[in-house]
Amino acid sequence: MRIGDAKQSYAADEALWTSTTQQVWFGLLLLSLLLFPFFASPYLLYLACLVGIAVISATGLNILTGFTGLISLGQAGFMGVGGYTVAWLSLHTSLPFPIALLAAGLLSAAIGMVIGLPSLRIKGLYLAIATLAASVFLHFVFVEWASVTGGMAGLSLRSAQLFGLTFHNDFRMYFMIMPLAVLMLLAARNIFRTRIGRAFIAIRDRDISAEILGIPLLRYKLLSFALSSFYAGVAGGLFAYFYRVVTPESFPLSMSIFYLAAIIVGGMGSILGGVLGAIFMTLVPEGLKLLTTAITPIYPQAPVFMSPLLGVVFGVLIVGFLIFEPNGLAEVWRRIRRFFHLWPFRT
Amino acid sequence: MKILEAVNVHLSFGGVAALRDISFSVPEDSITTVIGPNGAGKTSLFNCISGFYRPQQGSIFFRGQDISRLKPPARAALGLARTFQNIALFRGMTVLDNIKLGAHVHTKTGLLGALAYLGPARREEMALREEVERRIIDFLEIDHIRRQPVASLPYGLQKRVELARALAMRPQLLMLDEPVAGMNREEKEDMARFILDIKEEWGVTVLMVEHDMSMVMDISDHVVVLNFGQVIASGLPQEVQKNPAVIEAYLGDGDIATLRRRLNANTEAA
Ligand SMILES: Nc1ncnc2c1ncn2[C@@H]1O[C@H](COP(=O)(O)OP(=O)(O)O)[C@@H](O)[C@H]1O
Ligand SMILES: [Mg+2]
Repeated sequence: MRIGDAKQSYAADEALWTSTTQQVWFGLLLLSLLLFPFFASPYLLYLACLVGIAVISATGLNILTGFTGLISLGQAGFMGVGGYTVAWLSLHTSLPFPIALLAAGLLSAAIGMVIGLPSLRIKGLYLAIATLAASVFLHFVFVEWASVTGGMAGLSLRSAQLFGLTFHNDFRMYFMIMPLAVLMLLAARNIFRTRIGRAFIAIRDRDISAEILGIPLLRYKLLSFALSSFYAGVAGGLFAYFYRVVTPESFPLSMSIFYLAAIIVGGMGSILGGVLGAIFMTLVPEGLKLLTTAITPIYPQAPVFMSPLLGVVFGVLIVGFLIFEPNGLAEVWRRIRRFFHLWPFRT
Repeated sequence: MKILEAVNVHLSFGGVAALRDISFSVPEDSITTVIGPNGAGKTSLFNCISGFYRPQQGSIFFRGQDISRLKPPARAALGLARTFQNIALFRGMTVLDNIKLGAHVHTKTGLLGALAYLGPARREEMALREEVERRIIDFLEIDHIRRQPVASLPYGLQKRVELARALAMRPQLLMLDEPVAGMNREEKEDMARFILDIKEEWGVTVLMVEHDMSMVMDISDHVVVLNFGQVIASGLPQEVQKNPAVIEAYLGDGDIATLRRRLNANTEAA
């Protein structure tokens, strides 16, 4: 049972992990992330890489939609910008991967800001449509600007490079993706300890009051767009390195919806929510696939009805979360934690 | 010395005039109260001063500077802070974060600093926390709720948190839109005491809209009366109270006791 702790100082009170127990848990989590690839099967390793990429992109979308209240259906487009940037740089330069990923993030951020411009005037569904249109436009560019993007065939790229090291398998890719995911999560968490994060939330909750309290709306909305698409750009870049090929179909519109669903299921406006949502949305389809293979010997018809079922299951889950747990998996997690914190006392 | 001056301000919404040719000023280091029946234009006047509404005519001067063209954040940076008639706290944040948000214009951390949260960003946050705790949370006696989400607080405390957030803006002119509306007697007395302390100890000029006449008479140095978007009287509380035009505007008869009851009834209804 752990309730109540006298705070030594404001610094201790403002720390990310306010108790030793939390620090220990975080340390253990990092340790297991570090050791995981040495014990995991190739399939699990592959999934872990996908989860890492999804976590980065979902966190980016959460900053924009969950924390700043600006709904975006452009995430796939921004990931595409990152993916193509990395692919192009890999083909035409020999830049080490951190530089290429940074370039991917920055270019995506710049485009995100332009696409975010209408957000000063429009909100909600209208903004969703505007970002969707932008995403369609980006898709069009990926297809048509063949001299740079390779058109429908896309681009194949060489493995990522750093100091003569090549990242040619999932094991090595894991050590590129996971540390970045952890770093970018911590950075996102940090933002919400400062004035910038508070400004985002204020805009989401009451934009007019926020402005009267001294927050320039356009600047902060664009900042949120830039950050969000930076995360998407990096995630898209990692995606490119991971599959070593990008085509216009690598970043379909349904991917934007996938990420929106991830933050709804996980918890909008919660960093943990973005993480849980990304994990959930990546693993549930895999779980259903495994289930299909498992029951096929018994019901040979299984693959026929399981694949459409996937869409239905997703739809039901999202609607269910919207109705029954609008704060998402993050809230479920908080409830579980509260239970154990106070255990064996009832509240 | 006038800290704020409105000159011939005219505001209309699609042909309906909310403010007509308003001129008035707020003496520095005073508590100036705007009174008037519901719909008289008091909140609209506040919105013009903070820059949310753009009057079609007239100018507003703050310490002699014409601020009519400044956007709301620029006005906030000059030291214009306010609370809202319908509490406008940020529901997704704790009490502490709501208050800290008020200091936005006085803090500097940029994007990279925020992402890294090292050195300067951390120091700025700590200094802000320290200032908020020492000057505001202690003063307003809200240390027991600092970690609570604002949505869970009772009405009276929410009003107090809103005042706290306005104080974090380090105001030169603090505008309060109906600070004690809907409060019980004890809460009203606390709020009146805070407002007096803010004027006397913090040296902040207060401009408020209030319906509660006993409070208005007790703590105001200067009263401005609005009716149908026009200033119909202004002066010392006692003078205004006796002004026939004011009594007429409220009631049409000269009985101050009825006037008070009527005004208090308005407050309950609001
Ligand atoms: N945004 C708006 N659009 C249209 N009419 C408005 C708006 N804001 C205020 N008004 C009108 O202006 C008048 C003054 O309102 P208000 O300033 O809220 O009065 P008070 O605060 O004195 O009760 C009212 O008639 C109100 O209907
Ligand atoms: Mg009003």
